[in-house]
Amino acid sequence: MNIQHQRIRPQGKKLGLVDVDIHPKSSIEDLRPWLSNHWWHYLQTYGSRHRHGYVKGFPFPKSQPQAARRDAWPDNGGLPGSDLDLMNEQLLDLYGVEYAIMNPLSPTGQGEQNADFSAAMAFAANEWQIEGWVKRDKRLKASVIVPYEDGEASRVEIRRRAGNKDFAHVLLLSRTSELLGKKRYWPIFEAACEAGLPIGIHVFGYSGWAMTNSGWPSFYIEEMTEHAASCQAMVTSLIVEGVFEHFPSLKIVLIEAGFAWLPALGWRLDKHWKRLRDEVPHLKRAPSDYLREHFWVSTQPMEETEKPEHLLDVMDWIGWDKILFASDYPHWDFDDPVLALPPSLDETRRRKIFSDNAKALYGFA
Amino acid sequence: MPQKHVVATADEIKPGARKLARIGNRDIVVFNLDGEFFAISDRCPHKGASLCKGHLTGLVESSGPGDYRYSRQGEIIRCPWHGWEFDVRTGKSWCDPGKVRARNYVVAVVPGTQLVEGSFTAETFPVSVENDYVVVEA
Repeated sequence: MNIQHQRIRPQGKKLGLVDVDIHPKSSIEDLRPWLSNHWWHYLQTYGSRHRHGYVKGFPFPKSQPQAARRDAWPDNGGLPGSDLDLMNEQLLDLYGVEYAIMNPLSPTGQGEQNADFSAAMAFAANEWQIEGWVKRDKRLKASVIVPYEDGEASRVEIRRRAGNKDFAHVLLLSRTSELLGKKRYWPIFEAACEAGLPIGIHVFGYSGWAMTNSGWPSFYIEEMTEHAASCQAMVTSLIVEGVFEHFPSLKIVLIEAGFAWLPALGWRLDKHWKRLRDEVPHLKRAPSDYLREHFWVSTQPMEETEKPEHLLDVMDWIGWDKILFASDYPHWDFDDPVLALPPSLDETRRRKIFSDNAKALYGFA
Repeated sequence: MPQKHVVATADEIKPGARKLARIGNRDIVVFNLDGEFFAISDRCPHKGASLCKGHLTGLVESSGPGDYRYSRQGEIIRCPWHGWEFDVRTGKSWCDPGKVRARNYVVAVVPGTQLVEGSFTAETFPVSVENDYVVVEA
């Protein structure tokens, strides 16, 4: 709506805004051109087998239909995130976005029980990102979707995309069937390092396990909050298994996980490491060193602290070079770049978060 | 001093419907709740989304786990982005009514006969004596 255009100050152009988390949406039919006849008929006949089995759709409601902003449904009847024109109007042109990284969540085959089908879907979703989006708008960058439960198949897909600058990072979802530091996932890390690609880990996915140690929670609000807990287990596993000792150039971007829990995790890990170091002699440094060196975080959804300085303290601990702006368009918990960051941030830090950090990490010109 | 602005004919905004009006540089959304008109700022005080595009819903309350009461159907506007709820009658948010509120404006339905005589700002809105009009003070 024109009125909204006039209202918002497009400061993106000045900042060279980079948005590291947007969600383009495909239908199953959109992926048809890149699925073999075998897999297309398999899909029609047998359908998807997600790891949380026996249910269709999501185990929790998503607050809004398709978890989307109510104003993000295109007039053409498509799903939110399916229409480039509306994405321009509500995000890319509106805020003057210079680059936006696409993290498609479904249908992408990630977490499928049938490993070969998972790989076929990931391939199709990667082609679809290039043909359907990147070739139409060079501000958009694709993610290398990988069938992450199969390390070797993931390596094949990463190698296929290596060197293609249209891809910004390798995309995993946070809820894997085993803790992510386990060796079965190491081919993904190795291939990402070889290709010089960071690994973006977006929250969600369904592991097949209940999402808490005491089973399934009752409410969506618990699922949304639980990401902080499950991501702590994931980050701890990556560090303690020695992944970063083995892959010193590995870079991990935590997407939509919040970040205020990171300092506390670092403190807790360091405290235990000082007493239990001989259990994990492959760690050469304090766990928090790996955390601060190898992890980046995205802003949305940021914790909203009562005292603004508490949020700044957390950001300071993580590092001003490690925080990347994300809008999560078109999802309901979208962050407007005009209002997302604490007002007291100075211009230098604002520019780092909005633009410089992502450009340095991803090698955008 | 707030001025009176004609934003619609009374029958243009049906019960349960809403209209976004631009008055000066302000966006104001006018609601018709069963024949009563209310106006609040369109800009969500949380993160700036257009409240006009939100879902009009009711109030869910509970005295304890397992007890749900749904009341005031159609009187609560839910922000299209983060779902903050605002009372259409007052503009106050449900979660933090003291601090987070959408500004509300006085609305009246005025017959066209008064409008053509009175000092109303309706330059862009043709007024005739036959109709009733929704007038916002802003």
